Amino acid sequence: MSAVPPPSIVGVAERAPVRDTGDETDLTLSASIAVEALADAGLGLSDVDGLLTHPMDVASRLVPSTLGEYLGMRLGYADSVDLGGATAVGMLWRAAAAIRAGMCSVCLCLTAVPRTTAGTTHTGPTRRTADLSPWREFDVPYGNIGATEGYAMIAMRYEHEFGDTARARAEIAVAQRANAAHQPKAYFSGRPLDVDEVLASELIADPLRKLDCVLPTGGAAAVVVVRGDLALRAPRPAVPILGAGEAVTHKTITYAPSLTDTAIKDSADRAFAAAGVARSAIGLASLYDCYTSTVLLTLEDAGFCAKGEAAAFVGDHDLTWRGSFPLNTHGGQLSFGQSDVAGGMSHVTEAVLQLQDRGEGRQVRDLRYAFVHGNGGIMSEQASVVLGVVVS
Amino acid sequence: MTGRPTPHPSPVTRPFWAACARHELTIQRCGGCSSAVFYPRPVCPVCGSSRLDWVAATGRGTLYSYTVARRATHRRLADRVPYVIAIVELDEGPRLTSTVIGTDPADLAIGVRLQVDFEDDETVSFPVFRVAS
Ligand SMILES: [Zn+2]
Repeated sequence: MSAVPPPSIVGVAERAPVRDTGDETDLTLSASIAVEALADAGLGLSDVDGLLTHPMDVASRLVPSTLGEYLGMRLGYADSVDLGGATAVGMLWRAAAAIRAGMCSVCLCLTAVPRTTAGTTHTGPTRRTADLSPWREFDVPYGNIGATEGYAMIAMRYEHEFGDTARARAEIAVAQRANAAHQPKAYFSGRPLDVDEVLASELIADPLRKLDCVLPTGGAAAVVVVRGDLALRAPRPAVPILGAGEAVTHKTITYAPSLTDTAIKDSADRAFAAAGVARSAIGLASLYDCYTSTVLLTLEDAGFCAKGEAAAFVGDHDLTWRGSFPLNTHGGQLSFGQSDVAGGMSHVTEAVLQLQDRGEGRQVRDLRYAFVHGNGGIMSEQASVVLGVVVS
Repeated sequence: MTGRPTPHPSPVTRPFWAACARHELTIQRCGGCSSAVFYPRPVCPVCGSSRLDWVAATGRGTLYSYTVARRATHRRLADRVPYVIAIVELDEGPRLTSTVIGTDPADLAIGVRLQVDFEDDETVSFPVFRVAS
């Protein structure tokens, strides 16, 4: 009989990203993905006593109770996580901590973001006081508004300190696109890409080009985290949350302590230390990739290579699912699609599928540990986890 | 020239914009730990002191990073495309968001020395920067 593992992920569900989710709302997307994730875990809505969700357009406040009521849940733990792209990874350790604290035993971590091509996408609650935010007052007047320009300034500074990375960035986009060929849910599945195409794509904000950037989509994804003893009774292999870290240093990139030494280091160091797992044991890196340049910084600051050496690391490794350093085997958000906070969850669902040996045509061989990193805002919210698998 | 998205000053930040209207760049200096503070706050983010005094900045700084926006990031900036979004490191220490005007973006480089200037619209004077001569 196996030892009881830590709180573990036992079920996942993910909707294929699309440009337009039509008449779907936060609630309808949430309902269908919740049922699907629970079914994957061999559970139903009535088994859920913990719920983690995120700011949604459906209610300016009180999203957890709105959703809990909609799904008929009686909850011992209900919360909303607001860490942008780090939200999904941030949910995992909160679910595990709530289970350890005895607040719940089955925690549903749910992300759902509708989108229409008319341009209305999830923006979270709006408040009249928003006009008084420092960002609105001191950064917006100069156009320091969107993510692309913020990440462009990070990449510009990085290249000033460590040299040009255009080719390495393109190689990341190409490798992830190759991975997406084996994930039919990926938005760009079946549409191969080469380095020259990336390098010739439209310049959006120097030095970032169109194919350095994700495509916004709508979608939904959820995972079910359960107490260790319940995890052993689940129909699929348990994926224990072995260690987690989180770090937040700024909201607007202008006020970050550094553009090139990020809080990813704090977050990843904490996750690896808590898990007691070495970087060298990681068989899959599922790294938040809003931009190709984000992956370079994450490879360095999460400790997979030294500062300034990410471009060389990319050149020295095959980043595809069967390569020497499997990275974002679902295509990453660059090829899978970025459904706002649900895009962050795609890095979690992929790691779970791979650890459970459900990677189908892209299965990483002999996989025991995966590292998942979530990054929110403009490098502002960081969350990391090390996941394992209980082989029965 | 078109305007910029208009800031909505609060009691804490009003002295900053009032100084800009006189074409003076000001920051806060902490009476507790001597830190230079930008943007304006009611307490020092380093030591927590509320003894913050308004002081004149030299207006000199260095281009810490920048990008050239090839697409408008706000409708009020649409006529300016392509435009520079810059992070300027003031000689006093704090960084701020601004832009660099008067130089072809292709000729800019991180590390160039900058000098503040002001761009007036109907109601607000915005600090902007030029490459120092
Ligand atoms: Zn102070």
